[in-house]
Amino acid sequence: MKIGVFVCHCGSNIEGTVDTAAVARASMLFPEVSHAEDVMYSCSEPGQEAIIDAVRTHGLDGVVVASCTPRMHEPTFRRAVERAGLNRYMLEMANIREHVSWIGKDRTANTNKAADLVRIAVEKLRRNRPLTPKSFDITRRVLVIGGGVAGIQAALDCADGGMEVVLVERTSSIGGKMAKLDKTFPTVDCSSCILGPKMVDVAQHPNITLYAYAEVEEVAGYVGNFNVKIRKKASYVDWVKCTGCGACMEKCPSKKSLDRFNESLGGAPAINIPFPQAIPKKAVIDAGYCRQFIKGKCGVCAKICPTGAIDYKMQDEVVEEKVGAIVAATGFDLFDHSKYGEYGGGRYPDVITALQYERLLSASGPTGGHVKRPSDGKEPKTVVFIQCVGSRDKSVDRPYCSGFCCMYTAKQAILTKDHIPDSQSYVFYMDIRAPGKMYDEFTRRAMEEYGARYVRGRVSMIVPQNGKYLVRGADTLMGSQLEVEADLVVLAVGAEAAVGSPQLAEKLRISYDKYGYFMESHPKLRPVETNTAGVYLAGCAQGPKDIPSSVAQGSASAAKVLGLFSKQKLESDPQISQVNLQRCVGCGKCETTCPFGAIHMIDFRGQEKAEVIETVCQGCGICAVTCPQGAIQLEHFTDNQILAEVEALCQF
Amino acid sequence: MRGHSFAYYPGCSGLGTSMEYDSSTRAVCKALFVELHDVPDWSCCGSSPAHTVDHVLSAALSARNLAKVESTGRETVITPCPSCLTNLRTAGHRMEKPEFRARVNSLLDTPCKGDVQAKSVLQILFEDVGLEMIAASVQKPLKGLKVAPYYGCIMNRPPEIMQFDDHENPMAMDRILAALGAEVVPFPLKVECCGASYGVARKDVVARLSSRLLDTAVSLGADVMATACPLCQMNLDLRQEQASQHSGRAYSMPVLYFTQLMGMALGVAEAELGFDKLCVSPARAFEAMAASTVANKQTERGSRV
Repeated sequence: MKIGVFVCHCGSNIEGTVDTAAVARASMLFPEVSHAEDVMYSCSEPGQEAIIDAVRTHGLDGVVVASCTPRMHEPTFRRAVERAGLNRYMLEMANIREHVSWIGKDRTANTNKAADLVRIAVEKLRRNRPLTPKSFDITRRVLVIGGGVAGIQAALDCADGGMEVVLVERTSSIGGKMAKLDKTFPTVDCSSCILGPKMVDVAQHPNITLYAYAEVEEVAGYVGNFNVKIRKKASYVDWVKCTGCGACMEKCPSKKSLDRFNESLGGAPAINIPFPQAIPKKAVIDAGYCRQFIKGKCGVCAKICPTGAIDYKMQDEVVEEKVGAIVAATGFDLFDHSKYGEYGGGRYPDVITALQYERLLSASGPTGGHVKRPSDGKEPKTVVFIQCVGSRDKSVDRPYCSGFCCMYTAKQAILTKDHIPDSQSYVFYMDIRAPGKMYDEFTRRAMEEYGARYVRGRVSMIVPQNGKYLVRGADTLMGSQLEVEADLVVLAVGAEAAVGSPQLAEKLRISYDKYGYFMESHPKLRPVETNTAGVYLAGCAQGPKDIPSSVAQGSASAAKVLGLFSKQKLESDPQISQVNLQRCVGCGKCETTCPFGAIHMIDFRGQEKAEVIETVCQGCGICAVTCPQGAIQLEHFTDNQILAEVEALCQF
Repeated sequence: MRGHSFAYYPGCSGLGTSMEYDSSTRAVCKALFVELHDVPDWSCCGSSPAHTVDHVLSAALSARNLAKVESTGRETVITPCPSCLTNLRTAGHRMEKPEFRARVNSLLDTPCKGDVQAKSVLQILFEDVGLEMIAASVQKPLKGLKVAPYYGCIMNRPPEIMQFDDHENPMAMDRILAALGAEVVPFPLKVECCGASYGVARKDVVARLSSRLLDTAVSLGADVMATACPLCQMNLDLRQEQASQHSGRAYSMPVLYFTQLMGMALGVAEAELGFDKLCVSPARAFEAMAASTVANKQTERGSRV
């Protein structure tokens, strides 16, 4: 075997603390290495050409690239050796950046360690053999989880692209947070007027199957062939019969259920259609407040329903769907401001969240669009907005900026003046973050045209006083204390990951960060992909975003799905387990340990043997270490290869 | 009934300006089967003067007392004074760093290991004794007495050091007083500064801040204010006339230690509670309470007939 070694400078990233030329010289002494050189940027075009040239000139059989992490560039170099005429698995990488140059400053020690890592790679490569991927069929259907604006956009784009879409929404209507907004920034157009038609499109699109009031229970399988179990929660109303007439809501004697759509401003009947434009427009019984469920007698809705749709005995139903790709667009939740004792901690009725204020502003809200204080229904004349409640605050474990609060506060300050011309708004802010198109102009308008008084400083305390609220804060630009007597205080609460995000991430086998947001594969270059093939992200599930970004990402994930489905067949990774049937004793230990269900037992000439389902195997190697006979070997990571690596490391 | 036992650090105010806090604390603890063992040969905790000059020196003063507690084998020392508490806890917190502990110990005859925990009397009454026990021990409920609970600014802050209750809206005293049968008003300024040690340097600041607290208590219809800090009590009680002059409103708001109110409800002899040490007499508030109780009883009887 003739092996070539390429040691990358990575500019000063590696060369700064590693003598790459010395590593290349040392590599020449390793067995079967017939060519070694150091390269400025091996991933660049000349760098890749150098590899191809060397393979052709020296007749190399395998290549070792000592550079950065294989997570970054292994596919790049595999393509390069393939272009040179080798099998793509005749490549090994030694990570001398993350594992060497970035973590140590001693040039001599680093150089020695880099040479050691190259020796390990060479020993492994000597035992590599060419592998060929198999191809398999794709189920050209996509599951979109979450029916907010990002999920709606992803679903519509996929459906318009000819794909079948399964859209799962946890609540009884799609629309998400955007449906609750009165207006959007910076155009101040009606939120439900621009979202409504899209929601109707979802309902009417022949390619979209909508499961509202349902949750994803289980995800099995792999890219191209996922099996998903979806739990349709019992709504106690037969949605086939329900026409959404709303007669049940009017007659329901219990009005104590939470009006979740109106952010709990006021109560709702126990049988409920969340809002007039709901999609689907179907009723759901909240069993926690329904007298039929609590006391066992009532039945008013069943008597009144003209289509006989009420079914108190309805049970949850689990349906199975086969899809080839998944878009996770589960959105966000709002920070719970009761953690701020100094702002009343949820005790003061007229200290409300921005989304509650949005419902007060909305014509379809609980007050018909007339701004009224929750406590006494009076029109507020002085409204104080407090920014960064649950954003950029380490003390409540929310050090990140939620991004959209500055903008929605400016919008609400403008709308307040529109609704109540003789009102005065105050905005306490830390600094204004308005980087989007027309955003900064918009906040300036709030200040200059609508007279909102912007005060840079935090509010230290809200004290109820004589039916009003004394808001005490600092004006850090004036260098003075400031007290404002407010009729209404609106908290710009930040965003946090939706409840249950980590649990869903586990089901999807994708990563999530410490706050519960889903992690993209690469923050810059793979922003809608995850590390699990076939699972994509859209919207606030990945981190706080405004509507334009959510929609853009929804479309981007749809483009990725369509790109994936444009292939006739997918290639499977050949780095999978193989069973040596002569050695296998059929004990079945591998079958029980495999986390992916990729191994099953077969009857082989009258004997029980293990068999690997190649498309399901993820190449994790758990079966290989479990097998007492050593009968299962992981291709490309055989026992021999790993032992050779260890032995190479132990040499002096 | 199993009681509790703690090392007790009265602090210098307990023997001087706030003798009634100290004596009522001892009486209440006795009534609730909490044994107090005075820290032997205790000295100043290093509060206000020392920690403004030198953190090591201040911590050494506290550490000397903590070491004394260690020598008795107890794990927890309690103190009524929040200022002492802050200093004892801060010293313990800082001594978690070995270099700091070494510097402190170099000043001490007996090194301090730093594993004694300091807690406030309020904290152990709330957490260790518990509301159930307190409510069960009430002999004369404070029925009809409207109380504004005032914690002061340092009982719960900074939260990472004090680690007790909510630092913006503490509820321990509220709930203890409610367990005694008092009507607790939602006092929004319960952790606001009263002016504290500006009493000597800037009387105007104290008058302004204290009068705001008194104003709020009056506007909420409170009969008395309950405090947990000797300095707060002094500013609000002793300087009430100065505050009145500042705001132009004549206050006569009795300002009691919460332990005095507890003692009263638990049936402790009045001599141990030191009501005579207060500048604004609580007598009228108590009479009104007794009268309303009698009146209530009469109406109850009346309705029965």
